[in-house]
Amino acid sequence: MTTKIVIGLDGTETGERAIAFAKDLAKLIGTCELVVAYVIEWSPYTFQTPEENAQRHKRREEEVELATSRIVTPAVDALKSAGFDAQGIVRHGDVAETLNAITVEQGGSQIVVGRSSADGIKKRLFGSSTQNLVMHADVPVTVVN
Amino acid sequence: MMMNIQYKLGLAALAALFTTPAAAQDAVGLDDKINQAFADFTGPFVSFIFAPFPGTGFPWIVGWLVVAATVFTLYFAFVQLRFFSHAISLVKGDYSDPNDAGEVSHFQALATALSGTVGLGNIAGVAVAVGIGGPGATFWMIVAGLLGMASKFTECTLGVKYRNEYDDGTVSGGPMYYMSKGFDELGLPGGKILAVLFSIFCILGALGGGNMFQANQAHQQIAGITGDYPGWITGLVFAVIVFAVIVGGLKSIARVTEKVVPFMGVMYVAAALVIILMNADQIGWAFGQIFAGAFTGLGVAGGMVGALIQGFRRAAFSNEAGVGSAAIAHSAVRTKEPITEGFVSLLEPFIDTVVICTMTALVIIITQQLIVDPETGKYMLNEAGNAIATVDGNSGVSLTSAAFGSAFSWFPYVLAIAVILFAFSTMISWSYYGLKAWTYLFGEGHTKELVFKVIFCIFVVIGAAANLGPVIDFSDAAIFAMAVVNVFALYFLMKVVRQELASYSERLKSGEIRKFEH
Repeated sequence: MTTKIVIGLDGTETGERAIAFAKDLAKLIGTCELVVAYVIEWSPYTFQTPEENAQRHKRREEEVELATSRIVTPAVDALKSAGFDAQGIVRHGDVAETLNAITVEQGGSQIVVGRSSADGIKKRLFGSSTQNLVMHADVPVTVVN
Repeated sequence: MMMNIQYKLGLAALAALFTTPAAAQDAVGLDDKINQAFADFTGPFVSFIFAPFPGTGFPWIVGWLVVAATVFTLYFAFVQLRFFSHAISLVKGDYSDPNDAGEVSHFQALATALSGTVGLGNIAGVAVAVGIGGPGATFWMIVAGLLGMASKFTECTLGVKYRNEYDDGTVSGGPMYYMSKGFDELGLPGGKILAVLFSIFCILGALGGGNMFQANQAHQQIAGITGDYPGWITGLVFAVIVFAVIVGGLKSIARVTEKVVPFMGVMYVAAALVIILMNADQIGWAFGQIFAGAFTGLGVAGGMVGALIQGFRRAAFSNEAGVGSAAIAHSAVRTKEPITEGFVSLLEPFIDTVVICTMTALVIIITQQLIVDPETGKYMLNEAGNAIATVDGNSGVSLTSAAFGSAFSWFPYVLAIAVILFAFSTMISWSYYGLKAWTYLFGEGHTKELVFKVIFCIFVVIGAAANLGPVIDFSDAAIFAMAVVNVFALYFLMKVVRQELASYSERLKSGEIRKFEH
């Protein structure tokens, strides 16, 4: 059976290190698929103007398109050309919850993420997405520094 | 949307906007003439919309809305009770497909629609209702709110079902779309005509009740704190901010408002709850007054009928059920089942009227702002004999303010800020409703939309500056004229909603529609 490793990217260079680490792991494991995931931070409980609501679907498509073309597809292509089995997923939601959900859904055996960059007050109050992921994930999580 | 408001500002403010001081004297005369001409021109329409049933003081338009709400309640077999908890599950996202994450959620559509309705109606309108109709008006207000839930359910389901989805992914929806597309689908004639009529009234209502009235009230609040100054200054500041948001696309301001407004709403209800709990021993008495007043009048002007008219009228003004505005706001949600948005929207009159308006009324009653004659136990009338005498002779916003202020001396300031923010968010919402009606009539396009938005901003200044009683009477009438056209269309289209309801209920029962694991 193929082992699946989910790599959570956030568009920063820590993501590169997470990919590098996952590649090492995949080489050690042998038959391994790498799932490159990018979560666009989004909450269904924010407040929006009527106009924003009307344009939401369009914006969502644009966000997905942007994340796919700028971050996920280049990463997946690079992995494939390096000889790895790889696929990409872009989704909206709470970063920690969604990464975990993707992993469960894909039958992934572990998650590799980069240490998230600091995010001021919000991070102090609620912890970073990485911290939340580590605490609540259903599978082992590796945080790459 | 309220009338019966004292407009303190003179026409001089408007004159100052357009003329030099030397010419102001002439301009005042000119403005008087313009006002008079406008009043003469629109008077018959206003009188028609607010005309009472012969021999009563009961405006037929209020009857029209209440009868509609009752018909929808019966036709859908008390959908507002049967699907109340399901509506809450939908808002919580229990039935939302995780793959749709990033689309407009039910919660967001509800919050957006609420920010357009929660506002002056809940604060000032209720005070007017209780001040004139006595505590009993609260009872009828709640009844009207509960019935109105069925009207919202009907119009919002149709709003989503018949909206336009464009290739670029944006959506447009609302009564004009269900009128034209829905009537076509049923093979009924006249849908287009209704849609055009509705759009015209919607534009007028947006510029008036959704804009000038709000700007005017916001200025009254600010002037109440800082002392009197020309309204056009407030108007200009508001117009610049509104312009920045709707034309400049400055999302940050809208976003801040949209975040602060719900917070203000929650804070308002919380303060009301605290005051009610502080006087817990009087809750029983207050409800006693509400029930007794509902049927006997307790000495208010017009007796039981007076209480009933005031309660129904203010509820209709506050929650806009049947007006059609909410159908525009709700149609942006992404759902495969239009009816789910109908369920969600039925929470709106509940939150707006049954919860928030009742809180206001209870606070006014419990803090004993209304003067009772110690001998008869009935309410005393004021000198004019047209309302109940209040502690400091307050009415409208100032009555609510005094009621809250009697418990927390600082609350009137918070209330003033709340009123200003509510006014602003209502303007933003109505600018969108008006725009949708505008684009329905004239087509979508950047320049066409810009024309409407600029007109909208100009009306902000006029609204804040002027004492334009007739104009505001007219715009209130336009909002209710929306209801005349909308409810008429709803009667024809309600069978479509019934089919949706039957199909959805069946699939919900069979387990085909079920909760997603999150």
